Amino acid sequence: MKELGVEVFSASTDSRFVHKIWQAEELSKMIPGGVQFPMIADASGLIGQAYGVFEPAAGVDIRGRFLIDPDFNIRAMEVMTPEVGRNVNELIRQIRAFQHVRATGEVTPAGWVPGKPTLKPGPDLAGNVWKEWKPEMAF
Amino acid sequence: MGTSQGCVATAAGPLTAGNMPDSSTSAQPPKEERIMTVARVGHPAPDFEANVYLNGGFETMKLSDSKGKWIVLCFYPGDFTFV
Repeated sequence: MKELGVEVFSASTDSRFVHKIWQAEELSKMIPGGVQFPMIADASGLIGQAYGVFEPAAGVDIRGRFLIDPDFNIRAMEVMTPEVGRNVNELIRQIRAFQHVRATGEVTPAGWVPGKPTLKPGPDLAGNVWKEWKPEMAF
Repeated sequence: MGTSQGCVATAAGPLTAGNMPDSSTSAQPPKEERIMTVARVGHPAPDFEANVYLNGGFETMKLSDSKGKWIVLCFYPGDFTFV
């Protein structure tokens, strides 16, 4: 994430004190030195509410991931019930795609990964995407 | 970015028009309005001030302090859980 120029924040309804001990007792055993990003204490759930991920019955923020661009607009989000974890490679792909679009004005078709062809939107492309992009390129 | 080390540290939480600090000057007391902001793609991210644990210390930060950079904000159900 650092090489992509992305700032990471994590958030749960745990207190900062719990974050500290989690870092000390478990995270530092997964990652040497522990995680280097700010761990937000959303004890009230109000931040989770603002992002639509707070589950009042359980008092927790469910798994949600938001990609925010340098203009502070949300570009992508993924919200899941908690039992399935994230796919970090897909997040990285989305970051690279949005950064490419922002830098070039091109757009990235389904299945795009860095190195694959992009599309240049415009009147000439309308109705002609079939010449540029084949369904097998989605995979 | 401030620092508060006490047991109970308040942070403003979501920063909407309704609870920005200078809204108290209006004649009518601000209605207790629960957060209605719903995050949507293509729209501004809901800003907030929060207490954080970072690298051994406690701090208070605003998400918009990182405006101008790409940001990934991840929510998860709880420390010490399984996934």
